[in-house]
Amino acid sequence: MPAIEFRDVSRFYGDVRAVDRVSLSIAPGEFFAMLGPSGSGKTTCLRLVAGFETPDNGTVLLDGKDVTAQPPYERDVNTVFQDYALFPHMSVLENVAYGLRVRGRPRAEQRSRAQEMLELVKLGSMGDRRPAQLSGGQRQRVSLARALINQPRVLLLDEPLGALDLKLREEMQIELRNLQRRLGITFVFVTHDQGEALSMADRVAVFNQGRIEQLDTPRALYTRPATPFVARFVGGANVAEGELAQRLSGSPAAFAVRAENVRVVERGASQNWRAIPFRSLPNLQEAMSCSGTVVDFQYHGATSRWQVKLDSGEMFSASSIEAENASSPSPGAAVTLLWSRTDAVPLVGWAVTEREWRANSAKPNDSRSEPGEA
Amino acid sequence: MRSSQRSGKRSGERHGKGKSWNKPSRGARIAAFAGLAFMHLPVLVIVLYAFTTADRTYEFPPPGLTLHWFAAAFARSDIWAALRLSLAVAALATVFSIVLGSLTALAMWRSRFWGKEGITFLLVLPIALPGIVTGIALLTAIKTARLELGFWTIVAGHTTFCIVIVYNNVVARLRRLPPSWLEASMDLGADGWQTFRYIVLPQMATALLAGGMLAFALSFDEIIVTLFTAGHDPTLPIWFFNELFRPRERPITNVVAVIVMVVTFIPILLAYYLTRSAPDET
Amino acid sequence: MTTATVPLPAGPLRSASTFFYRRPAFYLALLLVPPLLWFGTVYLGSLLALLANSFYAIDEFTAKIVYVPTLATLTQVVTQPAHRDIIFRTLLMAVTVTMACAVIALPIATYMARYASVRMKALFYVGVMLPMWMSYLVKVYAWRLILAKQGILSWLLDSVGLNGALDTLLQTPGIGGPSLSSSYIGMFIVFVYMWLPYMILPLAAALERVPESLLQASADLGARPGQTFRNVILPLALPGLAAGSVFTFSLTLGDYIIPSVVGAPGYFIGMMVYQQQGTAGNIPLAAAFSVVPIVLIVMYLSLAKRAGAFDAL
Repeated sequence: MPAIEFRDVSRFYGDVRAVDRVSLSIAPGEFFAMLGPSGSGKTTCLRLVAGFETPDNGTVLLDGKDVTAQPPYERDVNTVFQDYALFPHMSVLENVAYGLRVRGRPRAEQRSRAQEMLELVKLGSMGDRRPAQLSGGQRQRVSLARALINQPRVLLLDEPLGALDLKLREEMQIELRNLQRRLGITFVFVTHDQGEALSMADRVAVFNQGRIEQLDTPRALYTRPATPFVARFVGGANVAEGELAQRLSGSPAAFAVRAENVRVVERGASQNWRAIPFRSLPNLQEAMSCSGTVVDFQYHGATSRWQVKLDSGEMFSASSIEAENASSPSPGAAVTLLWSRTDAVPLVGWAVTEREWRANSAKPNDSRSEPGEA
Repeated sequence: MRSSQRSGKRSGERHGKGKSWNKPSRGARIAAFAGLAFMHLPVLVIVLYAFTTADRTYEFPPPGLTLHWFAAAFARSDIWAALRLSLAVAALATVFSIVLGSLTALAMWRSRFWGKEGITFLLVLPIALPGIVTGIALLTAIKTARLELGFWTIVAGHTTFCIVIVYNNVVARLRRLPPSWLEASMDLGADGWQTFRYIVLPQMATALLAGGMLAFALSFDEIIVTLFTAGHDPTLPIWFFNELFRPRERPITNVVAVIVMVVTFIPILLAYYLTRSAPDET
Repeated sequence: MTTATVPLPAGPLRSASTFFYRRPAFYLALLLVPPLLWFGTVYLGSLLALLANSFYAIDEFTAKIVYVPTLATLTQVVTQPAHRDIIFRTLLMAVTVTMACAVIALPIATYMARYASVRMKALFYVGVMLPMWMSYLVKVYAWRLILAKQGILSWLLDSVGLNGALDTLLQTPGIGGPSLSSSYIGMFIVFVYMWLPYMILPLAAALERVPESLLQASADLGARPGQTFRNVILPLALPGLAAGSVFTFSLTLGDYIIPSVVGAPGYFIGMMVYQQQGTAGNIPLAAAFSVVPIVLIVMYLSLAKRAGAFDAL
């Protein structure tokens, strides 16, 4: 029995399809992420689960029950809001106890359970303060505690880490993960940061323009993207489509190659590939190559990244780790990009299977396992 | 007075402002403060006259100062009657307008519906149209319906334009309420009524109080419409208006003016402080 | 940790809540019916009654209202020379008061909005709002005292030796009168005083909204402060001026108390209305007269709207 299920759910705002025939199912105890750029429909889907919006079409089910018409206060779901939404005229303890208060629980129980929850998020001594006196990170924990006091089956988090600085964000990522494992309840969180989604979630749904482009484990999303959008948004990969794809692979079907698999060689340099201090390249016949000019070079410490404008006009990027960077072509240099054929991933969401694609490019099939599909 | 202000402004500009265009010249500052003083002086004059010993003329400077008129005023039963009526009318009009104004504010605050702009226009009309129009309109209606002029007709008139005062205050406060608070409350299990009681009402409270106080002050002081809708018993402003044309006992009129000022001053200041201290924004 | 969830309460209020949650239209209706009912009957009904009455006439012999629709009363208002005098007089006063208020309000509002420190600004706002909310009658009465024959103003002028100038002023036909407190110029002063806050506040609000960067750009391009004021600030302050002028215009047009208390013999529209419904009992004429300010104000409002007044309100 899935914890949350969407069956062909749509939500329109006038002509705009905020959510366009979305179906998904989330298993109990799963840490699920909804990832996508702003306006992609991920937040609307979250609100549909919570009950703040009603779908125009389709059904929303919680634990197998149709809750489409149920108001939010009847659903066994609680939300941590992006702006925390703490009530300023109540103390921290009263905020956390609110869920019990509206259920008519006795005062003593409210106080003790609220205190328990505050200890859980390590704010046990802050009960008497007002939300305005707390820092951003502390407010986030309070809203977490407040949302958990009713012991909901599902916890929804709307871009919970967006307002925190980098260090705090990384700490909270670990804490949320641990919390979820301890409590064993289903977490669904919305984010536009793919790093966050990949590092925290068991499965991720990638949203674009109201539809789910791919729903998969983080690893599969990264190594086996199904569509150009997913390849670019999640992996930051290079995507070859249409003519370029035809020229490079012999088939017009789009494929992706991740930046870290692309090598940059200055044209006119020695044609002896062994002299290149990267991981060893398979022999020339197994490589795809194209030429271009370096437009930008960025040094990120651990890695370096090139932006190369291909002769055919598209922008590709290549990255390498610090240890392999002895000499790097600089902006303006004419270069050749190389990558192994096996590193080219066909975007099978495009109505072509990997087998077909590999066959078309007239190369031996590789024996890697097929990715799981939504 | 006017010409000096005008030349003060011009001279300020002509003599240049040096490095920063945002430093006010002395002329500009004088003009501004002079204007402010001009607005307050007349009222101070009344307070002064309440203590004068002269009883027939408005002569200045006052020949002497005394508290005699205050005592005389307190002895007058007609003043007390008018005061009681004004207070009763104001109290009732305030209560009615609080209820009706809040209902309207709650309805209009977040909803989008056909006719919403029409309602805003309608609410503003009693204040936008001159008091004389409202007054004569109400009188015509009362006479057509063959009702009796008296306490309830005054209350009806006052309530009508006090509603928009409460409405403006409450709706402004409600608009500052983030919708996520309401969603959070419902998400945690509170239904609409509980959300209103625990979340909306506490936030609304100061605005409601402020609006109510302003409505009270407005009703207590109202003369223009009240002259049309009152019956035999005068409210305090009507009593005052009648006295303006009577030559005797002028200083008592001054005392009553001071009383009216004080009674309206206090709620206005309170209302101002209530709305100024924006209490809780996270 | 247990996974048992705390049970939800039930009850009639909760089910009612859900009912209204699913049907927002019902909820709106519930909230809006009482106030709309009130407004509809009390206010709109009265306005309609007023309008209706302006289409009736009074029988000259019986002095009773004849309930036969006619345009006679309305035409009487705009054709009779005495009536047209009244309308013209009121209109003229309204226009001059508006202009004077604009001129006086400008320096105060400019200072308040742009130059005052934060504390000064608060002081100014309170200082302007307080007289606005103070008792109308008390203010009128105060001016009666000040303008009286032996009052403060004549005492002031006397000590400066300008008494002669005052007498000459009062002799001037059209604006003079027996004394300051019963002359057109006295009325003018009182009107300007009363409506000044209504002009200052929207003006200050509009001036405050002028972004600092515009002034810096103007100075950067070489404009002197006076030029910046004329070319940048003033046009942008126009909506505020228009908004304030709506108040001063309509308030002057309809007022009947100030002309009676501080007034010259000539009648104003408001006084006509008051008088006709009172002693003369000629409600149709009173109603017809009150239609005039409504029409004039609506016309003025459309003018002001084009100047952007509604955005500044």
